[in-house]
Amino acid sequence: MNSGRETAYSGEPQERRTIAVVRASLPRRYRSERRFRFFGLLAIVLSIGFLALMFASIIAQGYTAFRQTEIRLPIFFDPEVLHADALARADYGALIRHGLDRLFPDVRGRQERRELFALISSAAVYELRDFVMRDPELIGQTLEVWLKAGADIDMAVKGHFRRELPEDERRVTDRQFAWLDRLAAEGRLEKRFNRTFFTAGDSREPEQAGIWGAVCGSFFTLAVTLILSFPIGVAAAIYLEEFARRSRFTDLIEVNINNLAAVPSIVFGLLGLAVFLNFFHMPRSAPVVGGLVLTLMTLPTIIIAARSALKSVPPSIREAALGVGASRVQTVLHHVLPLALPGMLTGTIIGMARALGESAPLLMVGMVAFIVEIPKGFTDPATVLPVQIYLWADSPERAFVERTSAAILVLLAFLLVMNGAAIWLRKKYERRW
Amino acid sequence: MSPIVLLGVLLLLSAAAYHVGRRKAFAMAGAGGRAVRLHSRPTYHGALVALWCALPALLLFGLWLSFENAIVTRMVLERLPESLRSQPPDRLNLLVNDIRNIAAGHFDAAAAEPAIREAAAAYQRLRGLSRQALSAAVIALAALVAVFVRRRLRPSLRARNHVEGILTALLVACSTIAIFTTLGIVLSVVYEAVLFFRIIPFWEFLFGLNWSPQMAIRADQVGASGAFGAVPVFLGTALISAIAMTVAVPIGLMSAIYLSEYAGKTFRSIAKPLIEILAGIPTVVYGFFAALTVAPFVRDLGAVFGLGVASESALAAGVVMGIMIIPFVCSLSDDFINAVPQALRDGAYSLGATRSETIRRVILPAALPGIMGGILLAVSRAIGETMIVVMAAGLAANLTVNPLKAVTTVTVQIVTLLIGDQEFDSPKTLAAFALGLVLFVVTLVLNVIALYIVRRYREQYE
Repeated sequence: MNSGRETAYSGEPQERRTIAVVRASLPRRYRSERRFRFFGLLAIVLSIGFLALMFASIIAQGYTAFRQTEIRLPIFFDPEVLHADALARADYGALIRHGLDRLFPDVRGRQERRELFALISSAAVYELRDFVMRDPELIGQTLEVWLKAGADIDMAVKGHFRRELPEDERRVTDRQFAWLDRLAAEGRLEKRFNRTFFTAGDSREPEQAGIWGAVCGSFFTLAVTLILSFPIGVAAAIYLEEFARRSRFTDLIEVNINNLAAVPSIVFGLLGLAVFLNFFHMPRSAPVVGGLVLTLMTLPTIIIAARSALKSVPPSIREAALGVGASRVQTVLHHVLPLALPGMLTGTIIGMARALGESAPLLMVGMVAFIVEIPKGFTDPATVLPVQIYLWADSPERAFVERTSAAILVLLAFLLVMNGAAIWLRKKYERRW
Repeated sequence: MSPIVLLGVLLLLSAAAYHVGRRKAFAMAGAGGRAVRLHSRPTYHGALVALWCALPALLLFGLWLSFENAIVTRMVLERLPESLRSQPPDRLNLLVNDIRNIAAGHFDAAAAEPAIREAAAAYQRLRGLSRQALSAAVIALAALVAVFVRRRLRPSLRARNHVEGILTALLVACSTIAIFTTLGIVLSVVYEAVLFFRIIPFWEFLFGLNWSPQMAIRADQVGASGAFGAVPVFLGTALISAIAMTVAVPIGLMSAIYLSEYAGKTFRSIAKPLIEILAGIPTVVYGFFAALTVAPFVRDLGAVFGLGVASESALAAGVVMGIMIIPFVCSLSDDFINAVPQALRDGAYSLGATRSETIRRVILPAALPGIMGGILLAVSRAIGETMIVVMAAGLAANLTVNPLKAVTTVTVQIVTLLIGDQEFDSPKTLAAFALGLVLFVVTLVLNVIALYIVRRYREQYE
């Protein structure tokens, strides 16, 4: 383009030369055009490719966690071990050992027997205990019972420890593999739906660990956040959009809101630690504190969304209400607010979805503790789903990698539902004036 | 009564107050020919009584719960034997924690000293007493005020104006929370940081080249050791952010250009939401992806070329952080490119420019200030991002700009210093707040500049 213009002004009689120069440059220019366009497409393909890669790797690592290897053992509920008055403290391990001995009578020797007993999860005794406590009639009978396999066995059955490796480089021995093959041939080995994963709290044993505690913690935390941030955010938006005259004070508020929306989330965690924990002495690791911190963090998002929802209500609505004698408060509460509410709800859901995925500020207020019990209230020690993911991701066991990925899938499913709800709400109530 | 039940009772009380107020208004108005003209409709009388019933009680409730703990703790401490009470403040704090934990049932009481066990029992008793008193006080206050206001209801009372006045005041109060949050952040972070700078000189923190906070457990070792020089931490943050921006800016910008200038409607309506999904994914997920998939991949790739790559390399964390920021850069750039007036495009086309020439020579220069603002916002996000680096970057503060080495960042240090056993007032925990102060100030400056540029730019074309 430039070169064409320069020749045109350079003085000679040049119409033909100009067009010739332009024509000559066209192939090069078209090439660069195609190149540029290709880079644009490449950028999009790359970003969507990253997304696909991430999902694929997490799904590939995580989907196996929804099923857990279990082993069917003939258990004789020995009346000599199970005394009716002390069922809770009986030696259920003996029952399991006895069942394994029955299946593999030829296994002798300390080391061999230890490997044999490692097939069954160390937590299976509690399953068995609950089983007997629920139905004491079982005592004296022999029953085929499905028991959880140990985490390493589970990983081996799912193919994460390859047999080709030398024996001392894997956590499952040759003997154990042979036993597993025999159990599988007898139909005593099966991958069954992993209920524990959805009903248990955290645990050091991968096969006993579940996300229910973290889901409850997330629920209580988000409940606090929603109860506080929705009314406060809507009220602030109404004031700023409908009542406030432009003044230094309102400018100050607006600058603050815009800046808070971009402050790193971990800084809110520092605020929570210094103010709520150290100054007000609120309980550590409690959903209330986490909820308060997340409230402060999501408020700017909700205020901004609520304001734009209010802005989209046309002024004619307000003028009509004022015209028939409504006061300003009546105008807003009776006419403007109902029309803006769907937009506000959409913004709130998106803010809540973001709060659900947030973990950094919660680390600061102590919601990273190892908590086995399911939290039952707003002040019980709890953790939340993303923090649980963070904790499991730190664990060295192979079985926790699978569970971390599965927990991520659950978290993403929640986010999908929330964002889907927001989109549905927007589609359903969106109104063009 | 637990606080939540109490709140429920208060809600019921105020609903009852509404009903009572409304009934009285109807009664005052009378019926038929003798009807008196009320200034406000009966619902406003009801609302006035209900608001007065609830608000002072709620205020009392909040204040009580905020200060209950401090007062009860002091009362318990006063009962302790002199030998326990005369300890230095930090030991006393630990003691208080023990007492609270025993009272809450987290610790086994049997293992504790008798004096402490007694104190825990006293703590529990006093707290129970305080909760009972709170319930009584709140309910009494709510009922008294409601009765008082109900008696003052008159036909001429401007109940609507009162109610609207109260509502407006509540709205103002809600909108000031943003100011208080900022104030809270500044005060808390600055306060703790100042405590830190009393121990470690400010300039040493800002320009020192050696960061190893774990060594400085005892306060008297610290001054000489100089283990709180934060330059390696700042450099690590800058390195990872720079890697992230080298990934995010070209990809995000080119995606935005393609989406707004080349893509057809269908392609755009599919690709844009897909890219925005990247923004909705929680950062722990990115962290997990970085630590378990990308970092080993980068390490193995380095091994192929004979390069020693740390397993927590800055490269892996930076690239994944860049992926996270792509949608941010993309959607902001998209906005600004769309804001360039169509007339500029038409002018360029009419001179015979190709599309890419129009974009590179006309649209990008016109949109540049806005895009720069967007990039600054993205940088501030990269600096403040926590989970990806906590999970995928290192802990050791190496003074290096080699992206294959492990570096640490400000956010990683804050998290590691504050998780786990904490001794408040030790330079180690205070250092986290000093780092937090730096983080807050830097991101604030970036945001203010970016928002200023963006606003100027928007005005230019509107």
